[in-house]
Amino acid sequence: MATDVVMPQMGESIAEGTIVRWIKKVGDKVDRDEPLFEISTDKVDAEIPSPAAGVLAEIRAKEGETVPVNSIVAVIGAAGEAKAAPAAQTPTAPAVKPVEPPEPTAQGDGASGVRGAGQPTPSRVELGLQSRPQQTEDAIRQRSSPLVRKIAKEHHVDISQLHGSGIAGRVTKADILQFIGREEQQGWAGSASAASKTGAATARQGAQASSLPAAPGLEHGEHDVVEKMSVMRKRIAEHMVLSRHTSAHVHSVFEVNFARVAQIRDAKKAEFERAGAKLTYLSFIIKAAVDALRSMPIVNSSVDGDSIIYHKDINVGIAVALDWGLIVPVIKHADEKNLLGVTRAVADLASRARSKQLKPDDVQGGTFTITNPGVFGALLGTPIINQPQVAILGVGNVEKRPVVVDDAIAIRPMAYLTLGYDHRVIDGAVADQFMSLVKRSLENWDPGVS
Amino acid sequence: MPYGEALALQRALVEERVHSRAEAERTVGAPGVKNDLLLLVEHPHVLTLGVRGDGGRSHILASDETLAARRIEVFEAGRGGDITYHGPGQVVGYPIVDLKPDRCDVHRYVRDLEEVLIRTAADYGVDAGRVEGLTGVWVGRDKLAAIGVRISRWITSHGFAFNVTTDLDYFNLIVPCGIADRGVTSLERLLGRAVGWRDVEDRIAAHFCGVFDRTASSIGPVELKS
Repeated sequence: MATDVVMPQMGESIAEGTIVRWIKKVGDKVDRDEPLFEISTDKVDAEIPSPAAGVLAEIRAKEGETVPVNSIVAVIGAAGEAKAAPAAQTPTAPAVKPVEPPEPTAQGDGASGVRGAGQPTPSRVELGLQSRPQQTEDAIRQRSSPLVRKIAKEHHVDISQLHGSGIAGRVTKADILQFIGREEQQGWAGSASAASKTGAATARQGAQASSLPAAPGLEHGEHDVVEKMSVMRKRIAEHMVLSRHTSAHVHSVFEVNFARVAQIRDAKKAEFERAGAKLTYLSFIIKAAVDALRSMPIVNSSVDGDSIIYHKDINVGIAVALDWGLIVPVIKHADEKNLLGVTRAVADLASRARSKQLKPDDVQGGTFTITNPGVFGALLGTPIINQPQVAILGVGNVEKRPVVVDDAIAIRPMAYLTLGYDHRVIDGAVADQFMSLVKRSLENWDPGVS
Repeated sequence: MPYGEALALQRALVEERVHSRAEAERTVGAPGVKNDLLLLVEHPHVLTLGVRGDGGRSHILASDETLAARRIEVFEAGRGGDITYHGPGQVVGYPIVDLKPDRCDVHRYVRDLEEVLIRTAADYGVDAGRVEGLTGVWVGRDKLAAIGVRISRWITSHGFAFNVTTDLDYFNLIVPCGIADRGVTSLERLLGRAVGWRDVEDRIAAHFCGVFDRTASSIGPVELKS
């Protein structure tokens, strides 16, 4: 049974519509209500679902053609009728479709704020059917953002007692901070310029959104499980491919003797513990990298067209592995922190990453990244640069190895450190100079420099 | 909020609405629960293209180099209309609304969006109106707000962009909406004074509720999930 597909009436005063795009080709299988084509009228673009299940047998109106309402634009044939239809298709069974859980949405599960948004989260006005306005108003005031509620809870503030300056009296973060008497005006306002700065990079990432290519010739086997990527997974995938396409990756590996650092760490461990911080090798590595970045600004730069942007701030991203993916929170102004400061920052960011408490600002503005595959036992890694940065330091496992010291074989805690760098702007000699600096400060750690 | 994320968020929300409506239709006698949304956001500098023809790509006046130097991205938005610019100082509204069953008329929807923004402008004493054949909200020969919509099974996405304190110089990079002989303006320029961002948002939300006969049931930042 063939079904005619007609140009739908999209409004009383609309007599015709233009076909902008056919989503299905002739011979394609379609489900009932599956998007078939797109039309455009006035300033509106509309996706038109198929009126029936079957196979698209014929297209009568080409892309770009404008046709009157109710004229036939295509014909859907029954699945069995079309020659192209797969024989195995049973007429009653619904078309085989990979299991697609609904996209994670505002109601989905997962962390807030870890997406690297360039702006405060959008205001959301949820419009329900008419209800009693009095009650709603109270509900609105109560329904502040989770952040505001958290602050309120921490400070034992009753939100409903506050006067909100937000939409319809919503209590904003600024309101509550003002109430508590703190002027921590970070976040909301003032972030516009930051957004436009980092936004470009993020947006570029977004531009690639549809570019995750299908694997050629891949067929889903009977026992395969098809799972839609999470938003985070997709972003990681896009970001990694984008980086590979953007930078000319080269890797340089240095071996570093951690004996000196181990000594100092043992000496300072107790002191740090009293201060509530766990001193790790990573803290030393961050400090050493920051010092080297200060000496060699090119490693702390970005490429913009044919210009090189030298970043004044040294903001070090630390890759944190999560059960559900990967996130790179950023230690802002790492060069202004001492060993204890860096140690605290790492612990704070890592724990908030794992408890999904990172704010968008926490994952932005990095100028250099350190990743630590060694924690999982890797000897060394060849990390991919975190765009729009130009270098990334990979830290291998620190383990005791036999090494030659003064012509004798000694046992020392050793690790391989890898610098992944963008050869567009960093040449091998420069990269190795950078790594020599890192190596030198780690091997000759000056305990005065804490 | 970066444009790409707003795009993905809208897509996810529309998808969710389609699912929940299908679910409701399957469940006999279940009340049709409505969860229409109005997202109000601000984007970093971005140019977005419509779907028709080349989407307005030929209406970009600036060279690729200029765009790159100024860090302006170009996106194919998948909405109706020609090219437009979004950037700081512009309230961008994305209603995710189910037009079924009583509002299945795309023209009416677009006129309704215009109405929301005309009323908002009126709150500030600005006499804005429509121009026959040119969708959008106009003050004299200048466009105050642009409209571009996508409808998928009568669920709306994309929407409008209302210039509050927008740096209008950025529109010189393009021929806005492909209309060459008209200009753009902003609320700030019309009033000659700064306008509170949140105040504009509040008014847009209130008028949206009025025009679309909805009541705001909850207001707050969207919790972005991953």
